[in-house]
Amino acid sequence: MIPVLEAKNLCKNYDIGGVSIKAVCNVNLIINKGDFVAITGKSGSGKSTLMHMLGLLDTPSNGELILNGKNTKGMNEKELAQVRNKEIGFVFQSFNLLQRTTVLENVMLPLIYSTIPNEEHEKIALNVIKQVGLDHRLKNKSNELSGGERQRVAIARALVNSPSLILADEPTGNLDSKTGDEIEKMLVELNKKGITIILVTHDNDLAQITKKQIVLRDGEIVDGY
Amino acid sequence: MDIKETLSTSLKSLSLNKVRSFLTMLGVVIGVFAVISLVSLVEGVQNYVEEQFEDLGSNLIFVASGNVGYQGGRPGQNLSSSNLKEKHIDLIESEAEDYIEYVTPTIQTLKTVKYKTNNYYSAVIGVSYNADKIFAIYPKEGRFFNRLEQNNSSKVVIIGNVLYSKLFGNENPIKKSVKIDGHSYEVIGFLEKKNPDYDESLIIPYTTLRDDFEGTTIISIVSKARAKVSLDEASERVRLALYKDLNDDEFTVLTQDDILDSIDSILGILTIALAAIAGISLLVGGIGIMNIMLVSVTERTKEIGLRKALGATSRDIKRQFMIEAVLISASGGLVGLFLGWLTTVLIRDLINASVPFWAIPLSLGFSIVVGVVFGTYPAAKASEKDPIEALRYE
Repeated sequence: MIPVLEAKNLCKNYDIGGVSIKAVCNVNLIINKGDFVAITGKSGSGKSTLMHMLGLLDTPSNGELILNGKNTKGMNEKELAQVRNKEIGFVFQSFNLLQRTTVLENVMLPLIYSTIPNEEHEKIALNVIKQVGLDHRLKNKSNELSGGERQRVAIARALVNSPSLILADEPTGNLDSKTGDEIEKMLVELNKKGITIILVTHDNDLAQITKKQIVLRDGEIVDGY
Repeated sequence: MDIKETLSTSLKSLSLNKVRSFLTMLGVVIGVFAVISLVSLVEGVQNYVEEQFEDLGSNLIFVASGNVGYQGGRPGQNLSSSNLKEKHIDLIESEAEDYIEYVTPTIQTLKTVKYKTNNYYSAVIGVSYNADKIFAIYPKEGRFFNRLEQNNSSKVVIIGNVLYSKLFGNENPIKKSVKIDGHSYEVIGFLEKKNPDYDESLIIPYTTLRDDFEGTTIISIVSKARAKVSLDEASERVRLALYKDLNDDEFTVLTQDDILDSIDSILGILTIALAAIAGISLLVGGIGIMNIMLVSVTERTKEIGLRKALGATSRDIKRQFMIEAVLISASGGLVGLFLGWLTTVLIRDLINASVPFWAIPLSLGFSIVVGVVFGTYPAAKASEKDPIEALRYE
């Protein structure tokens, strides 16, 4: 079986004031279908940099990233955008929903950049909105929702293109503990249905809901792989 | 993202800030409105002038004193000196008889006319007995003066339609006496309402005007060519007749076409000048669009980062913002066009203004170009945003 994601010797360096700083170094990862992995580490450990590379938002300085058998090295901007749209669903800490836009329109957003015909967008979006239990809030604007509801909309948006992988960056970071628990349960349920999830967090308690934990320190994996 | 989706997304973004979108397009609205209104006004002036000339007929030849183009105003303005004399009328009648049917001098002065307690300061125009056939000024009631009255310098007068109402009200003026600068004149007719040149004027035999009022001179001689005669040939014959007594720089012969061409030329330049001036406000409107779009790009930095994360390319982002700018400017163009057309309709009673057809695609096209030109920089700024930095933006 082809891994969903394979990272080989992934490195990211930044040039700041003529000095090269290693943010991530020699990261090797294999994520298979159905995995539920947490990438943890303290602040400054390189979690965000690694997540950006795994999400194809940033280009590695060295190494390769293979997504569903496709090597992303050398892909141009358009190709990377297409892979991101099709294969990866993002869940952000601060939800990142479009303001004054309805739940339905927010969830449909990734579809407008896909190759799926326009007439099918609404049907697909309604289906995932139902999965996260927000079909009674379709026409509500994002600013009318609670924190937990917003994150559920974000999760629905991440699922709408049936991606190979969900990348969640501190998904409960902006939520109270009760709402955070609800989101955690949702992520666990989604994983049980076969959805591959990578969780990036500094919260060890959150990391415990996953099946595997990878610990980063100073840009390198020190535990877990 | 296909063009239909981009259009829908752009429209949605603009509708989220309706007041801002409207205020942004105001510059373009005003610019296009100004261009359309001013150009229509000039078109109306042109239509008016052409109508006046059409009423006169197309076979008139004007002889003016001196080496001039069309002097502006009516032929026959009272100037302090003129090279044209009564003998020149006789010259034209005799030398160009085969080409010219009627000839009249035009002399004009301004005098006070009184009837009972009513008095007005009006133009007094002196012409020959056949001027009614030349200028098509036929009395609504009464008659025009005849050759005998002209030869005798009779004190008879035909009153313009508007002046007659002011002096006489509902009273019939025929055979009544009016005083023009102290001289008594018998009213023998009044004109139907025609145009401002005659409506508020008095018409008397030029011989009477010459005799009663000192210092008047012949400013122009107007001839009517015979039917089926070439106007160019007729005007050349008039020129040759006058060469017998005058030099080249002492008179100018103009046909109606010459005058209309001069007017068209002046109005054409005026149209371009006014449109250019109004176009400046379009430029200002464009700068306004660019300004607001730049603000919008900054405000929506996070949204741009999100869209890129979800699969938008730089090209998608650039196209979205470009279309937003063009939608604002094109909408402004349409509103400005409508307001300009509405203004034209409202002033149609005053002047026969009309929106020239070429102004519509030109102003709409220009407003779209403004959107493209001034939307390019903000759209480029939006497309260049790094998604990671954009998502972090607060």
